[in-house]
Amino acid sequence: MTAFLSYLISGLAIGCTYALVASGFVAIHRVTRVVNFAQGAFPVLAGLTVSSMLGRGLPHGAAELIGIAVAGLAGLVVGVVAIGKRGTPTLASLVITLGLGILAYAVEIVIWGDQPVSYSMLTGSVNIGGARIPTQYFLVIGVTVVTFVALALFFSRTYVGKALSACASNPYAARLTGIDPTRMGLVAFTLGGLLGGLAGVLITPLQPVAFDSDVLLATSGFAAAIFGGLNSAYAALVGGIVLGVLQAFVAGYLDAAYQTEVTLVLIILVMLYQSGRRSALTEELA
Amino acid sequence: MLDVTDLVVRYGKATALDGVSLHVAAGEMVALVGPNGAGKSTLVNTLSGILRAASGSFTVGGRLAQVPEGRQLFPELSVADNLRLGAWRLGRRPGARDPRRIYEILPDLARMARQPAGTLSGGQQQMVAVGRALMADPDILAVDELSLGLAPIVVADLARHLRELNESRGTAVLLIEQNARLAFDLCDRAYVLESGVISASGSSAELGRSEAITRAYLGGLTGTGTS
Repeated sequence: MTAFLSYLISGLAIGCTYALVASGFVAIHRVTRVVNFAQGAFPVLAGLTVSSMLGRGLPHGAAELIGIAVAGLAGLVVGVVAIGKRGTPTLASLVITLGLGILAYAVEIVIWGDQPVSYSMLTGSVNIGGARIPTQYFLVIGVTVVTFVALALFFSRTYVGKALSACASNPYAARLTGIDPTRMGLVAFTLGGLLGGLAGVLITPLQPVAFDSDVLLATSGFAAAIFGGLNSAYAALVGGIVLGVLQAFVAGYLDAAYQTEVTLVLIILVMLYQSGRRSALTEELA
Repeated sequence: MLDVTDLVVRYGKATALDGVSLHVAAGEMVALVGPNGAGKSTLVNTLSGILRAASGSFTVGGRLAQVPEGRQLFPELSVADNLRLGAWRLGRRPGARDPRRIYEILPDLARMARQPAGTLSGGQQQMVAVGRALMADPDILAVDELSLGLAPIVVADLARHLRELNESRGTAVLLIEQNARLAFDLCDRAYVLESGVISASGSSAELGRSEAITRAYLGGLTGTGTS
C-alpha cells in the first residue's frame, strides 16, 4: 500500500507536467493547426536556464520566472519562423518546428554542455499512509491545477482568449472581423512556450534534464494531447495524468526502462481508437 | 462611400473579376446580382482585404464590414461573444465591445445571448452575422447572400432590419444576391455581374423591366413585386 501510494502520487505529479506540455501542444494546434515538434525543447530550455540562474545566485522565484520567460520567448521565435510568413503550408510549418527542435540541441549543448542538470525547489516530505511523499510533488500538482483554472478563465473571460478561440473555430471569419490569425498564432506559440517552460521548471527538481530530455517530454506531452485530438486542454490534463500514473506503476512494479514504450503503446492505442471512432462517424454520415 | 475602378482579381491564371467598376454613395442601398461563379464573393472578399487585386483600385470612405456568405460564425462561442468579436477593429474604445448596442437594433439576439451560435437556426445565425458586422460600426455593410438557404419569411424579416438600419443610421448597404427579386425590391440601384464583368447596371426598376434580366434572374416575370 505504501509503495502504491508513493507511485500514484509521483505519477500524478509527473503526469501534471506532461499535461502542461500537452496543453502547449493543444494551444498551438487549435489556433494554427501545426503540431509543434519543438514543444519538448521549451521545458528543457526552462530547466537549464533556471539551473544557471540559481547557480549565479539568483533567488528562487526570480530564477523560475526567467526560465519560463525564456521558454515563452523561444515559443515566440519558433512561431515567427514556422508561421510568420503568411501562407506557409501547415506541413512546412511542422517540418520547420522539427528542424528548430534539433537546432535547440546544438544551442543547449554550446551553452550548458551535455550533462544533465537539476536543482532543488521545495525540500522535505509529507507522510501519507506510511509513504514519504516529497513536497515537490504537491507543488507540481497544485501549480498545474491553478494553471489549468487560469487557462480556462483566460479563454472564457478575456477578449484575447476569445479571439484565440475564434481563430481556432473559423480563421476566415476571424480575418473578416479584423483578427489577424497569424498574430494570434504567434500568441499561441508564446503561450505554448510558457506552458512548456512551466512544466520544465517544475519537473527538473524531480527528473534532471539534459539537451535530449525533450524526446521523453515531447512524446509524453503529445500522447497526453492526443487524448482530446490535440484540441482540448482538459482532455490533455486527463491524458497526462493517466500516462504519468501508468509510467509510475510500470517503473515501480516492472522496470523503469519501459517508460518510453508505455508512452508509445498508449499513443498507438489512442490513435487507433480515435481513427476507429472517426471511421464509424464517417460511415454514419455517409 | 465606395468606389471600385477597373478591378481585376485572379486566382492563378483564372480571372475572377475583369475590370469591375461600381459606386455606392453614402447612405445608399445598392445590389450586386449575378449567378453562381460570377465573381460576387470574390469582389466582396477583395473589398474586405481577404483577397488582393491584380490591378485596378477601390476606395472605401469609412469602415466596411462584411456579412459573409454562409454566415461564418464562431459556432462554439456564444452569440454575445460572436458579437463582441465583431468590435475587434474598434480596439479599446469605451463601450465598443458591449453587445447591448446591437440588442437595441436586433432585439431577438438578446434572448439567445448565451446560446452557442452553432445551435441556432439558419435565420437566427444570419441575424447574428448581421449583428456581428454591425458591432464594427460600419459606414457600409457588404451583405453576401442574405437569403441563401433561408425561408422567405425569414428573409423578409432580415430585409426589413436592413432597411430600418439604412434609414435610421444611414448605413450604406452593398447587397450581393442571387435572388434578384429580393435585391431589386430592397435596393434603389443594382449592378449585374456575369463571368467577372458588369453586364448591366441601373435603377432596380429599370433592370426589373429589362427582358434579358427578367429572363435570366426573375423567371421571365417583369416588374418587381413586394416581399
